[in-house]
Amino acid sequence: MNLFVLLGIAAVMVLIQQVLTRWIQLNRIAWLGIWWVALWAAFSYGINPPLPNSIIVLFMAIITIALMAYLSADNEELEEARQSIVRFMVAQEYRIALVIVLLVIPAAVAAWTYASMNEAPQPPSSGRTIHPPPPSSITFAGNSIDLATANNPYRELEHTDEAAFAAHVANGRRIYFQNCFYCHGDNMQGAGMFAHGYDPLPANFNDATTIAMLQESYLFWRIAKGAPGLPSESTPWSSAMPAWELFLTEEEIWDVILFLYEYTGYEPRAQGMPH
Amino acid sequence: MTTDSIPVVRTTCQGAWWRGLPAGLAAFVLLALVAGPAWGMPQEAAPEYRALPFISSRVLMWAVAELHLMFAAFVLAVPMFALVIEFIGYRTGDKRYDQLAYDFTKLLSVSFSFTATLGALLTFGLLVFYPALTQYLVKIFSWTFLPYVLLFFLEAFFLYAYYYGWGKLSPRLHLFIGLMLNLVGTAIMFIANAWLTFMNTPNGIDDMGNLTSLWEAINNYTWMPINIHRLIANVAFGGAIGAAYGAFKFLGAKTLAAKAHYDWMGYIGIFVAICALLPLPFAGYWLGVEIYAYDQSLGITLMGGTFSWLFIVQAVLIGNLFLAANYYLWLSMARIPGAERFRGFIKYLLGVITLCFIVWATPHSLVATVEEARAMGGSHHPILNVLGVMSAKNTAVNLLILTTYVSFLLYRRANKEATVSWARIGNWIQFGIFAVVVIYVVFLGVYGYFVDAQTRIGLSRPQVLSVLFAMASVTVIDLFLFKNAKSRGEIVWGKISARSQYALFFLAITFTWLMGLMGYVRAGMRQHWHVYGVMRDTSVDAFTPTLGFAGGVVSAIVIVFFLLIAIVFFLAGLSGRKDWTPKSGSRWNEEETTVSTEPA
Ligand code: HEC
Ligand code: HEM
Repeated sequence: MNLFVLLGIAAVMVLIQQVLTRWIQLNRIAWLGIWWVALWAAFSYGINPPLPNSIIVLFMAIITIALMAYLSADNEELEEARQSIVRFMVAQEYRIALVIVLLVIPAAVAAWTYASMNEAPQPPSSGRTIHPPPPSSITFAGNSIDLATANNPYRELEHTDEAAFAAHVANGRRIYFQNCFYCHGDNMQGAGMFAHGYDPLPANFNDATTIAMLQESYLFWRIAKGAPGLPSESTPWSSAMPAWELFLTEEEIWDVILFLYEYTGYEPRAQGMPH
Repeated sequence: MTTDSIPVVRTTCQGAWWRGLPAGLAAFVLLALVAGPAWGMPQEAAPEYRALPFISSRVLMWAVAELHLMFAAFVLAVPMFALVIEFIGYRTGDKRYDQLAYDFTKLLSVSFSFTATLGALLTFGLLVFYPALTQYLVKIFSWTFLPYVLLFFLEAFFLYAYYYGWGKLSPRLHLFIGLMLNLVGTAIMFIANAWLTFMNTPNGIDDMGNLTSLWEAINNYTWMPINIHRLIANVAFGGAIGAAYGAFKFLGAKTLAAKAHYDWMGYIGIFVAICALLPLPFAGYWLGVEIYAYDQSLGITLMGGTFSWLFIVQAVLIGNLFLAANYYLWLSMARIPGAERFRGFIKYLLGVITLCFIVWATPHSLVATVEEARAMGGSHHPILNVLGVMSAKNTAVNLLILTTYVSFLLYRRANKEATVSWARIGNWIQFGIFAVVVIYVVFLGVYGYFVDAQTRIGLSRPQVLSVLFAMASVTVIDLFLFKNAKSRGEIVWGKISARSQYALFFLAITFTWLMGLMGYVRAGMRQHWHVYGVMRDTSVDAFTPTLGFAGGVVSAIVIVFFLLIAIVFFLAGLSGRKDWTPKSGSRWNEEETTVSTEPA
């Protein structure tokens, strides 16, 4: 959030309402226009890090629909608005203002075109699928693992044998710091020393929408198969995530999964819910 | 790739002779329906697929299936509320209700014929273009076809008896026929749902795909959720189409009485649609949970993966539905004296709706340029991320539901003034209930971020229950509050702007589009499978089309549907015309053929 910008926008709105309206009568269309601009400014400059353009367009489309619904939700107000537009276009007193408006509209389009032609070329934006669908089963070291039913075999030690569980977590910690932290970072925020070189960036495990939402078998698949194992749909994945089946054993992968959950404090999503 | 180690089913029939009996019978009936080329085909030599010149057989089947579904939904839904309206008329003795129920029922007979024709076309197409798949499904479900066909005949009987028997049979008998029509219709849908849900979440079969339990195949993971979701969605859809019919007649009406009648019809139609719209999100959520529970891969394909963008489109459509429904209610207040008092509320209601709409439509996977992604520090935006997940969406949709309910409440009291002594306190209690429930719902939404996934999914239940509680308790208080209320004047039916009627068209089209889109998701989420995990799609069409292409096909389907519905509207309107009489001189007189309307 960019509090100063948001407060500034709010202050301007209050000023308009309290001070400006002493001199100028603002009709409903003008008010809706002011709201539109204020919300646009808030979305574009009031949020930090900035929202992607696609989102601003989506939000403003919704807001435009809503404001139009508001304008037309009442017969009298709508009629008044219609009349004020007609008056603006035909009345003698608005002649100069009308000419200005008629000049400003094409000028704004021209300015916008100029600005967008002057932007540095960028690769087109793409809607990346954050959690690709896993296959129903994978082979690991020659064995087939059914992802719909596979469970972390060491998870139950948490309740039956705490010492053994702690040993597995400790092993997971060792594996994490020997292999993963270069990318995923020492506090698992996806900001390791290599991270800035990649697009997409390494996953941030503290984020409530990554491992907290997923089943352990899903993580097993992602870690074992990495980017090369991503499905053939929704490509290109362009992911730097290595396929750890080449370097780690099955037990080591389950251990590092235990550690990811242990460190972040999240619980894995449970398998299959009652039918 | 390492995937898909499950054997692909070979569709040879084996087992005791009597197993084949119902299949044979069913095939016979199906073939009798479509006759023609399928007769001559020897079974063994049948290819797995056949193709068409100009259009892919998949797109053709897609369109036929979806159109069949839309008409079926309409034909099942209309009798449900027609019966209720007829019953109200019977109990209150108010003839207008009876007339209204009949007006809705008039739309049925032509629609029923369209449904059956499209169904036959679908069966025929499946046999011709997808013989191997059809054979497999027929084998699994052979015992269900006989009751299906029988029920279909019963449906036809009850439907025509209901329509032609209007005013001719004793009211009780007529109501009974209406009830049977509804029961039979629902049973038909449940059976058909078993076939199609089996394709998504197969059950009751062994590793080789042979049937082990018919009941389990029917009662698979998504059967009940889809039964319920469709039942409710059908009512919403049928109500919206019925309302569109009202709007269509309203705009063309020449007399004040006709305007009043069709304004009322549109209102009742959309009232039915909104009542059904309110519980839909919960039913959809349950369906989603069951899909996830059956197979996380399917669940992720649907919500987080390949189809996640489609669900953003769905969210935008649903947001628009809620917005348009509220908009219609606000415009409707024009016909009620005293409603001016509540105008001031509109902006707050609209504010809440807009906010919830934005949250509901915020995607989880963003479209961002590399530069934007770097600025955000990854593919997740720290703030949007919070809005992109289920906790936020559930909260938003619960508040949308509550807001729509409040619009209704205001509409209901527009011309009423409470006379009971405890009016003030009553109002405050109602307000208190809303406040507490809103705070509770938001609290649960926020709390959802701090607990594990299992608990989070569980939280949606108290959210829903508290919203239901608020609606129920406030309604009860309202009933007592406005008992013997002073009226500021009667509702003036027909005194409404044309804009509101276009809002009804918008609602009907949006519902239809949504339905088409969701039908596509239901079939598309299997990706390259005919029967998920059991029978692979090996045709040239085994790929998932782009969202743009799918959107185009759905739009085309919606256009065809409305062309057909226009025919239904036209034919239903014929019965209201004056008898044709030859006029001396001119061939016939224009005024004679313009709409003359039934008395209101
Ligand atoms: C070379 C950098 C790199 C290394 C080293 C690395 N990862 Fe990744 N990882 C990524 C990137 C980039 C992504 C995000 C793109 C993707 O999903 O494929 C990712 C994604 C993931 C995901 C998916 C998260 C989700 O929400 O879907 C998991 C789980 C994961 N990594 C675990 C690990 C583990 C465990 C290790 C160590 C054994 C590791 N990673 C090492 C780069 C790396
Ligand atoms: C906000 C609420 C929702 C509304 C208004 C809504 C509306 C609809 C409608 C109108 C249909 C068509 C019904 C029919 O074909 O008879 C439908 C079908 C469907 N909906 Fe929803 N839905 C909602 C939520 C959801 C959610 C959350 C899911 C999550 C998975 C979902 C999944 C589906 C599926 C898979 C179908 C296809 C069913 C079929 O045709 O076989 N819906 N929905």
